[in-house]
Amino acid sequence: MLEIIKIAARNLMRYKRRTLLVGALIALGVIAVQVFMAASGSYKSLIVGQITDAMLGQMQIHKKGYVVSIENVPMNLNMMPHGVGIIEDILKGIPEVEAYSTRIRLGGVISNFTETTNLRLYGIDPEKEFKTVPLLQKRIMEGSSELRRGQILVPQFLAKGLNITVGAPVVIIATNKDGSVNGQQFIVGGIVESAPGPGGRDGYIHITDAAELLRMEEPEVSEIAVHVKDFNRLDQVFEQLTERLNKEKNTKGMPKFELHTWEKLSPFANIAKMIDLMTVFIRIMLIAIVLISIMDVMIMSVYERTREIGTLAAIGTLPGRILAMFIVEGGLLGLFGVLAGTILSVVAVNAIRVSHYTFSFGMKEGFVLSPHMTPKDVVVVSLVVIVVSILGSLHPAYKASRLEPIKALKSV
Amino acid sequence: MTIVKAENVGKFYETGTVTVQALKDVSFSIEAGTITSFIGPSGSGKTTLLNLIGCLDKPSSGRLDVGGSNVLALDRTNSAKFRGGNIGFIFQDFNLVPILTVYENVEYPLVMVRDTPAAERRKLVLNLLEAVEMADQSEKYPDQISGGQKQRVAIARALVTSPKLVLADEPTANLDHKTAYMILSLMKKMRDELSTTFIFSTHDPKIVGEAECIYTIEDGILTGQQEKGAANHA
Repeated sequence: MLEIIKIAARNLMRYKRRTLLVGALIALGVIAVQVFMAASGSYKSLIVGQITDAMLGQMQIHKKGYVVSIENVPMNLNMMPHGVGIIEDILKGIPEVEAYSTRIRLGGVISNFTETTNLRLYGIDPEKEFKTVPLLQKRIMEGSSELRRGQILVPQFLAKGLNITVGAPVVIIATNKDGSVNGQQFIVGGIVESAPGPGGRDGYIHITDAAELLRMEEPEVSEIAVHVKDFNRLDQVFEQLTERLNKEKNTKGMPKFELHTWEKLSPFANIAKMIDLMTVFIRIMLIAIVLISIMDVMIMSVYERTREIGTLAAIGTLPGRILAMFIVEGGLLGLFGVLAGTILSVVAVNAIRVSHYTFSFGMKEGFVLSPHMTPKDVVVVSLVVIVVSILGSLHPAYKASRLEPIKALKSV
Repeated sequence: MTIVKAENVGKFYETGTVTVQALKDVSFSIEAGTITSFIGPSGSGKTTLLNLIGCLDKPSSGRLDVGGSNVLALDRTNSAKFRGGNIGFIFQDFNLVPILTVYENVEYPLVMVRDTPAAERRKLVLNLLEAVEMADQSEKYPDQISGGQKQRVAIARALVTSPKLVLADEPTANLDHKTAYMILSLMKKMRDELSTTFIFSTHDPKIVGEAECIYTIEDGILTGQQEKGAANHA
C-alpha cells in the first residue's frame, strides 16, 4: 500500500500546477464550509443562548393544551399545586437538570396614572428564575438587578412610551380566571431590556404578587422553565423528562403535562433551521466541487497516462492495483485540499475572532461574533471530502483498470 | 522443452466494415532457453505475434500455448498474473515510468507484481543495474538519461523477475552498436545461466545474427524458418 501511495503522490507532483489548482479549489470549498459553519454556529449559539438564558428557558412544562393557546394566556390551563409538586419531584430526580423556575403568565394593563397600555407579565420567583434564565439579570438596564415583592420590572419600550422611571408608582390591572378585574399598585424596580419579537412587552413581578393580583385561592403555576447543565444534551434530557411526565395521566387517560424545548416556543427556531439548511446546502456545494474537480482531473490523468497504464498492465500489474493507484491518487488530492483548507480555515476563523466583529439582535447591540471550529466539524468535513474524492476517482480508476493493455500501449 | 507452441493461429481486426487479417494460420514452436527472432517488413505481423505470445492480445483463431497455458483460456486478471509471473517485456520505446527513478523502475515489477521482500528486492535490482552498467545512474529519472540508457533500464526491468520468457519488440532499434552488443551479451548470459527464452521482432542484423532460430513473416504468413546452420522454408 505504501508503494501505491508513493506512486500516487509522485503522479500528483508530476502535474504540479493542476494539482495545486484542484487542491486550491477544494481548499476554497473547505474554507467556505468551515468558516460558514463556525460563524453561523457562533451566531446561532449566541442568539439561542440569548433566547433561552435571558427569556424563555431551555425547556418549558405546561398543562396539556396550554401552548396551543399560549398567546391568550389561558389561566384555566394553569397547573395546580399537586401537579406542580409532581413535576418538581420529577425534575429533582433528573441530575442533568440544573435549575427550574415556576411562573405565572398573565396579561394586563399598566397605568402611570395618566396613560395606560397593555403588557404581558411573568410572575416569577426571582431566586429560581435568575438561576433558570441566568442572563435575565443582565437585561435589567436600570434599577436594581433584583426583584422584590411589590416591584415590577417594566420592559424598555413601555417605560419609554409611558415615560416611567425607576421608583415610579404604577398600577397593574389584570383579569383573573373567573373574569373579575383586579388592580394593584407596584413600584418600578427596574427597566428591563425589551426582548426581540413577541416578548418585547414582557414585564416581571414577583410570583406571590401575581397570585395576589389574580386572586388565586391556591398558588397556581402557568409554566415551569427548565435549565439543563449541558445544553448539548438538551435532547436527551428532553426525552428523559418527556418519558417521566407522560406517565402522569389526566382523567381521560391522556398525558397531563406537555414539555417543549425552546425550538417549539421561539420563532427564532425557524431562523436557526434556515441556518442549518444553508449549512447543508453549502456542504452539498462542497461535495459537488470536490466530485466534479476530482473526477475531471482523474479522467484527464487516465487519458494522458493511457500508454503508461498499458505498460504497467503489460508488466503484470493486476487490474485491482491499477484501480487502487488512481483511487489513492484522487484520495490524496482530496486530502491535500482538505489539509490546506483546514489550515486556512483555522487562520480565517481566528482572524474573525481577533477582529471582534459585532452584530445586533433585536434591540441588543454589540454581540461579538466568536466563531470556533469544533474537532467534530473538522473530522466530518475532512471525511466527507476524502470520501467524495475517492468516489470521484472511482469511475476514472475503473476505466484505467479495464483498459486493454494492447490498446493502451498503442495510445500516443 | 517447448515454451511456445502455435497451431494455425490467426488474428484479424475489424475496422468498421473492413476486416484486416494480421496473421493467417501461423504455426510454430519455440524451445525453452533459446533466442528466437521474427523478421519481416513493417506491417508483416511481427508485433501482433509478439503481443499474442505476451498475452497482451488473444488469437482470433487457432491455439496458442505459452509456458504450457492456453492463452485463450486466460481472463483479464489471470492474463496479468501470467504475464507478471512468466513474461518480461522490452518495448521499442522503452516505456519507463517517468515518475519513478531508474532504481524504482527496475524495482517496480518486484513490488507491484511479485510482492518480493525489500532486502531481496534491493539485491536483485542492484545486481541487474550493475549488469546493465546503470548502477551509478540509479537515482536519476528517465528524462535525465539517454535513449541507450533507458533501453538498458527497460531490459533490467524485464529481467529482474527472472521470467521464463522475454519478449522484445525491436530492442536495439534505438541503440548504438556498443550498447546493442552489451545488451545482447547480457541476454545471452541470462539465457545461459537461467535458461531464459528470448523472442525478438527485429530488423537488426546484429540480433538476427545472434538468434538460434529465425522466423520470417510476410503479410501475416510465416514464410520461412531458419535455424542456426540450416535453412528451412515453410
